[in-house]
Amino acid sequence: MRTVFSYLRGRIHTPQIGDLVAVIDLHVNGTPHRVGLDPRTSLLDALREQLGLTGTKKGCNQGACGACTVLADGERIVACLALAVQYDGRRITTIEGIGTPEEPHPLQRAFVRFDGFQCGYCTSGQICSALGMLAEHRAGAPSAATPRHAAAGPRIALSDPEIKERMSGNLCRCGAYEGIADAIRDAAAATGTAGAADASEAVL
Amino acid sequence: MTQAPETRRPRQRPADDGTQTGAGPAVGRPVDRVDGAAKTSGAVRYAAEHPHPRLAHGTLVHATIARGRITAVDTGAAEAADGVIAVLTHLNAPRMTPPRPVSMLDLSTLVPGTSVNYLGTDEVAWNGQPVAVVIAETLEAAQAAARLVEFRYRETPAVTDFAAAQDSAEPLPKSFIAPGDARKGDAEGALATAPVTVDRRYTTPAQNHNAIEPHATTAVWDGDRLTVHDSSQSLDWTRRHLARCFGVPPSGIRVLAEHVGGGFGGKGSVWAGTLLTVLAARATGRAVRMALTRESVYRTVGGRTPTVQRVALGAGRDGTLTTLVHTGVSRTGRAGGTTEPFSSQSRHLYATPNLLVGHKAATLDVVPNTFMRAPGEAVGSFAVESAMDELAVELGMDPVELRMRNEPDRDPLGGKPFSRRDLRGAYALGAERFGWARRDAEPRSMRDGRFLVGWGVATAFHMPARFPADVSVRLRSDGSVLLRCAFHEVGVGASTAQSQIVADALGVPVSAVTVEHGDTDFRTGPMAGGSGQTASVAAAVLAACEDVKRSVLRLARRDAASPLHRHRFRDVRAGRGRLFPAGAPDGGETYAAILTRAGVPEVEGRTGADSRAGRALGQARFMTGMLRDRRRWVRAATGAHFCEVRVDSDTGETRVTRWLGVFDVGRVINAKTARSQLRGGIIMGIGAALSEETLVDPRTGRVMNPGLGEYQIPVHADIPPIGIEYLDEPDPTTPLGLLGLGEVGITGVAAAVANAVHHATGVRVRDLPLTPDRLL
Repeated sequence: MRTVFSYLRGRIHTPQIGDLVAVIDLHVNGTPHRVGLDPRTSLLDALREQLGLTGTKKGCNQGACGACTVLADGERIVACLALAVQYDGRRITTIEGIGTPEEPHPLQRAFVRFDGFQCGYCTSGQICSALGMLAEHRAGAPSAATPRHAAAGPRIALSDPEIKERMSGNLCRCGAYEGIADAIRDAAAATGTAGAADASEAVL
Repeated sequence: MTQAPETRRPRQRPADDGTQTGAGPAVGRPVDRVDGAAKTSGAVRYAAEHPHPRLAHGTLVHATIARGRITAVDTGAAEAADGVIAVLTHLNAPRMTPPRPVSMLDLSTLVPGTSVNYLGTDEVAWNGQPVAVVIAETLEAAQAAARLVEFRYRETPAVTDFAAAQDSAEPLPKSFIAPGDARKGDAEGALATAPVTVDRRYTTPAQNHNAIEPHATTAVWDGDRLTVHDSSQSLDWTRRHLARCFGVPPSGIRVLAEHVGGGFGGKGSVWAGTLLTVLAARATGRAVRMALTRESVYRTVGGRTPTVQRVALGAGRDGTLTTLVHTGVSRTGRAGGTTEPFSSQSRHLYATPNLLVGHKAATLDVVPNTFMRAPGEAVGSFAVESAMDELAVELGMDPVELRMRNEPDRDPLGGKPFSRRDLRGAYALGAERFGWARRDAEPRSMRDGRFLVGWGVATAFHMPARFPADVSVRLRSDGSVLLRCAFHEVGVGASTAQSQIVADALGVPVSAVTVEHGDTDFRTGPMAGGSGQTASVAAAVLAACEDVKRSVLRLARRDAASPLHRHRFRDVRAGRGRLFPAGAPDGGETYAAILTRAGVPEVEGRTGADSRAGRALGQARFMTGMLRDRRRWVRAATGAHFCEVRVDSDTGETRVTRWLGVFDVGRVINAKTARSQLRGGIIMGIGAALSEETLVDPRTGRVMNPGLGEYQIPVHADIPPIGIEYLDEPDPTTPLGLLGLGEVGITGVAAAVANAVHHATGVRVRDLPLTPDRLL
């Protein structure tokens, strides 16, 4: 990251506030972007306002709802609690990078089939979170729902309580929880849980 | 053009192949949402996501006193901050015209959320009222500068403690939106002489909608023309209200909301955020976006009022009710607020010779409350359905049996018939599926280790509303169909359901139908509220499709070569993309053939008038029909909830572990989305039962938990599998026989949970939410 104390008008398209502009490289969905921004900008606002990637949603801006979940180097994070400048050079995957309406990811198809959404506003976060969650599960990470005697590692069964516990950071006020869990279970079974070792492989 | 037909009992149709009534192969099927691919890939845009060059960002500054006047404002530091374009307060903002009183002749007068003339007054009406808007080049600059604006106030005494204000509550005046008080017989007298009675006090807290999309507006002025993207459940009324506020003709205002990220009533009114974004754009000459923070939503958008309710029941020893009393107090704001008619269901649920319902409201200096999913019934059903369970315990009678014993044949209050009602069927099916017969009635009898297990039931009841709606349906010569209407997609699957209705009405596949919605440039949609949107639009869709088919047949009849040349409309059916003589589905001709041969690229059917006088006539006709309907019958969606809870005997924590809802909601248009919506209602009800509460500081009137971290809505792990069954029998008084189902799901839920908790623990909780402290 370079913090430049000068106007950069003309070089990088960005709204200018005073003299303080941070210039960072964000790799989003496989595309590099050089972005000049106010260093106070969250990763979420950088994605939505600077890059126009509005698929990632802002529900609470305080890490409570999960609507802004994206994958950073394959791990799920809430983009509202991340400063964009912290992610200089990192690989970010947003919902737009998971699949498109024309070529959806199997999990996106499953969300439609099992009606895992209503208004759609939490959906991007649910899907990104589910992909990150499945990678964590494959990597053997236990959750609060994992029985204490259960073996660590990929043999933790992806039971309904496991899915629900691991997805509980993603709120859905419409109450599509059952469809979401059904979609995740179905997509995980279809792709095989013992597959890719990291989420970025699973995603891309 | 035809007017959307008023509701009436449908005439018997000849040759029941369904094509004339609109019921056919698509309606009822679990069709995937037509916007599913777009929603799951983040491709749909919500109100804060429409790009615009040189967009400015707005942020609200909120008052920190409950009542008083602003005495001094210091905006200097904020105005000097980098990137700030303007700081608007009552000292420098352009004036808006204040809201008008509610008029039955113009339903859009219902839409202002409050009576406050924002930034047009130095008066403060609640703690959190917006007193300034900061507009800046970026969101970060606006938010940072908003903290630099300083206000001084002169406070005046305020009423902010609901518990203390209850004694000063006044009866609610009866109006066309509030049913008012009612009595039959001598309810209190009968209570004094009844062999078995319960007489209890129940309380429910303030709640907030918490749609995951916070309210957002993007406003662009072009001279006196205005374009607004708004997270709204009532586009047309919003447009009319903006026209009044800003003194411009409604025809120059376009309000769009193709997709709304959940509403639940919270986006049904026009609140400060919408008005102040438009005002800020007017004042600065810039396109302005204001996406409210979650906290600003709590401070400026009303939630559900708290209530204190009394339910008293008297019965003979055989369980026959002799009297029912349901009274209580809710809250309104001094600057507005809707009624929360909590006794609504108690007028209609049980046969009783004596009945008294009454409602008072206390006026507080707090953010005005508004409608939230099933206003009235959501909290009223907690009281009356808990009381019925208490009566069952007093009688030593099964709670399902008690309800069935008192199931009325006609409306208990006015003696009107029900348009349809089969709660007996719902309870019978539910009891069988849930295994209710295995329940041991004794509390604490179903222990499982340290968990106390309980089963409870309660009745769901909600009367869907109807609103005027008009549509246009365009059939093209390639056989495709375009439906346009300014209705709302807040998550209910509206475009999917209407696609199915169009498909069957015209006899084309669902895939041939495109729906465009959420834009006031289209014909007027209804408000997405009162569980009324689907039925309201469906009535117009059926009429417009009829119009289309008549026009197509007219083309065919003009052409001697057409096999339909000599056929009259009433003898013609539609199916598989064609019109054909009744009884000869392979005869006739395809739409494409008729239009192509006639050289007509498309045929349009529309409802509603284009002239102002025509619209006024349409609205008057609609209101007349609605009032006539109300006099004729009681129309309601009903249901029976069965649930199981497990209460941790060490911590008092209640977990819901099993749920079954059996609903009588008329005909179901889409089996997949209907199930989702009913589940969603139940889940919001479980939240209300166990965790949801908006905490208002009784000293200052300030909401203390304005965020999703502190206001606890259900998460994945809180919700068990929820079984949904519906009877799927059409209501004879509605288009296609459908009853709205957006709200009925939440009604009765909290009572079912509380009744199950009593069964599990022997502890009767009469105050929501059922947090562990109430059980220890």
